[in-house]
Amino acid sequence: MKLVLATALSLLAAPVMAQDSILNVSYDIARELFVEINPAFAAKWKADTGRDVSIDQSHAGSSRQARAILEGLPADVVTFNQVTDIDVLAEGGLLADDWREKFPNEASPYYSLPAFLVREGNPKNIDDWDDLTAEGVQVVFPNPKTSGNGRYTYLAAYAWALNTGLDDAGAQDFVKKLFANVPVFDTGGRAATTTFAENGIGDVLVTFEAETAGIAQQYADQGFVRVTPPTSLLAEFPVAVVDEVAEQKGTTEVATAYLDFLYSPEAQEILAKRSFRVHDKAAIEAHEFPEVNLLTVENLLGGWEGVAANHLAEGGILDRVFVNQ
Amino acid sequence: MKRVLPGFGLSMGVTLTYLGVIVLLPLVALVLRGAEIGPERFWAILTAPRTLAALQLTLVAGAMATVVNAAYGLLMAWVLVRYDFPGKRVLDALMDIPFALPTAVAGLALSALFSANGWFGALLEPMGIQVVFTIWGVAIAMSFTSIPFVVRTVQPVLEDLDTQYEQAAITLGAHPFTIFRKVIWPVILPSFLVGITLSFARSLGEFGAVVFIAGNLPMKTEIASLLAVIRLEEYDYNGAAAIAMVLLVIALLLLVVSNLLQARALRYKAKP
Amino acid sequence: MTARRLLIAAALISTLFLVVVPLAYIFSRAFGQGWAAYQANILHPDTLHAIWLTSVVAVIVLPINIAFGIAAAWLVARFRFWGRGLLVLLIEIPFSVSPIIAGICYLLLYGRQGLLGPLLLENGIQILFAIPGIVLVTMFVTSPFVAREVLPLMEAQGSEQEQAAVTLGASGWQIFRRVTLPNIRWALLYGAVLCAARAVGEFGGVSVVSGSIRGQTNTLPLQVELLFNDLNTVGAFAAASTLTLIALVALAVKTVLDRQR
Repeated sequence: MKLVLATALSLLAAPVMAQDSILNVSYDIARELFVEINPAFAAKWKADTGRDVSIDQSHAGSSRQARAILEGLPADVVTFNQVTDIDVLAEGGLLADDWREKFPNEASPYYSLPAFLVREGNPKNIDDWDDLTAEGVQVVFPNPKTSGNGRYTYLAAYAWALNTGLDDAGAQDFVKKLFANVPVFDTGGRAATTTFAENGIGDVLVTFEAETAGIAQQYADQGFVRVTPPTSLLAEFPVAVVDEVAEQKGTTEVATAYLDFLYSPEAQEILAKRSFRVHDKAAIEAHEFPEVNLLTVENLLGGWEGVAANHLAEGGILDRVFVNQ
Repeated sequence: MKRVLPGFGLSMGVTLTYLGVIVLLPLVALVLRGAEIGPERFWAILTAPRTLAALQLTLVAGAMATVVNAAYGLLMAWVLVRYDFPGKRVLDALMDIPFALPTAVAGLALSALFSANGWFGALLEPMGIQVVFTIWGVAIAMSFTSIPFVVRTVQPVLEDLDTQYEQAAITLGAHPFTIFRKVIWPVILPSFLVGITLSFARSLGEFGAVVFIAGNLPMKTEIASLLAVIRLEEYDYNGAAAIAMVLLVIALLLLVVSNLLQARALRYKAKP
Repeated sequence: MTARRLLIAAALISTLFLVVVPLAYIFSRAFGQGWAAYQANILHPDTLHAIWLTSVVAVIVLPINIAFGIAAAWLVARFRFWGRGLLVLLIEIPFSVSPIIAGICYLLLYGRQGLLGPLLLENGIQILFAIPGIVLVTMFVTSPFVAREVLPLMEAQGSEQEQAAVTLGASGWQIFRRVTLPNIRWALLYGAVLCAARAVGEFGGVSVVSGSIRGQTNTLPLQVELLFNDLNTVGAFAAASTLTLIALVALAVKTVLDRQR
């Protein structure tokens, strides 16, 4: 009966899916970005091939999204904010292990960094990472267990501590103090933004630089101040075609073209306009980006493999500083 | 006894197929998954501080909500059955709103209402009372979504209650409170308990309304079903399944209790 | 007399704060920025699609649940058999189990790593993150509603009329249509209204299995959350007000049915 039902239902849904159609499963705060990029790609695809393409979007914390794909969410492409979340898909056999070699810049068309957004006039004088652990400062960022955004914040704080000369124990203490100042852990970056901007909770929101720009603009009346710390962590935004799904749906070509498009001058300009840092010279020069010293996962944290093994694995450092506090 | 009426096979077939496919099969999937965890790991998950805190919050907030709903439900049932006043019909219809209104909508409205810029929040904040992101918010959301249970279980019993005993007691000069305690209370008690049990069960299971208003601060305002979802999102299937199993068992226990109480309530009613 | 006034006042005031104000607040926020803003939000393609999807789900779930509800009520009210008490308990399980648990169960059953998921996915059948998953979870959550309304009534009415019809040589279908259905029709409608309201409003269970693909698998309650997370509060309240209207209509219908019974 179920089979009949499922078939009947898929027939019912069929007219909605016309021509080329791909699903881009992405991280939480990328919604507005892809709302702008998708029509630009659709126009280009139409010009190149004469075919129409519709691009569906799904947004949530990127680890949550990876889990959903593992459970069968039919994503043709993923545009995530963390290497580990695509590695998980590779482990699940949905795409090849060497996915980082399929697109330029290790499959990361743009990058950003965890930055701060503080309330009008910066009353708590928050300029750098150690200001976040001061007594009486409330910090808002999403759950590092479900959100790549939150995980970057955690890793950035940890890397910052190591960079100041602290050892692992010292860095853990620092992160513990930071977590103790967090009143709410939302599951995605956007929910954290709502908590900070809409519900008025916390003194500082830590999220991607690009998101801080977007919120400052959207809530201009609240006078939020963007603070880019002198030192932060390079946040890459890796992309991949989910081979298994794309092959089954016959969308490999359009999916690949879609991701290639993210590297084109046109898309890079859209990205830079939205305060993502890009590799395209013209785009980066057309917009202003504050100077920042970027630490990397490779240099300080033993690469993504080291991060996965030491920090994110069950019972790892994140578990110890996060869950047990 | 020979079955006179037709349709036994058909109705049995339809009922069992539906229950089997829609209800039992998914529950079996959960139980099988839970069985894979192994007792030691299961116990470790359940006794982890965060799980315990979530279960405790869920039970305590559920109890708070149920106390409020018990008092409110009794009041409403009494007022709706015993008194006549303008607007009574509307008031009666309003009782069902929390069932008809999607819980996400309730959550959205309540969280905005109690946040610093909302109608209630603007009143409470200056008095130093914070509701959003505290256990109070959780309890309020649970309370709202289970308002109708006590009202709707006590109301019919109160309606059926013969007033002649009360009249007799009044003639004998008994104090109204004594009448309530001795004459009315014993009759409505079983249904009242059924209502409380249902209300409590619903509060424990409520998700949509609570997540909007609670925030999810581990150890403080994270309800058990949300923790199960978070575990799922963290790829921690064992954790999710274990917590879900516990909630399932609690729900089944409450269901059995309410059915037993219901049977008792019916027996009470059947007595002439 | 004073006690009476006091109690009525207490009832009115508490209901005002508990129920009426939240309801009014939804509309106040939805229309807070004027009719044009409201209209623009409701007419957004994704929100329209969510309204469409929610209706489709309700339209599929409702008749199936009505059929199940009648069958289950007929079975339990008209026959005595081994395991009858257990069956009643089974029927009521979805009523007390959290929808979230239901969602997790379905994920563990139809997920790619679940019990049946791998087999179905290999054959190209997508249950989760598509309409079938949403329909199935909604069916789970709403399954007791019709049965719970019809069953007590059938039990109270007894089966004399139907037995008489059998003696007169009526067929099963004739009995159902001419005798049973007229007797239970109001309870049936009542249960159907409750079932529809719940199907339209289901959130927790559906959120686990939907995959929240914009304009594809977002039901209206999920769209409320999505708009809320998109920082579009007016949009969220506009979508919420639509759901509230549906709820109010369901209540009005229910109140009318109450008087018919």
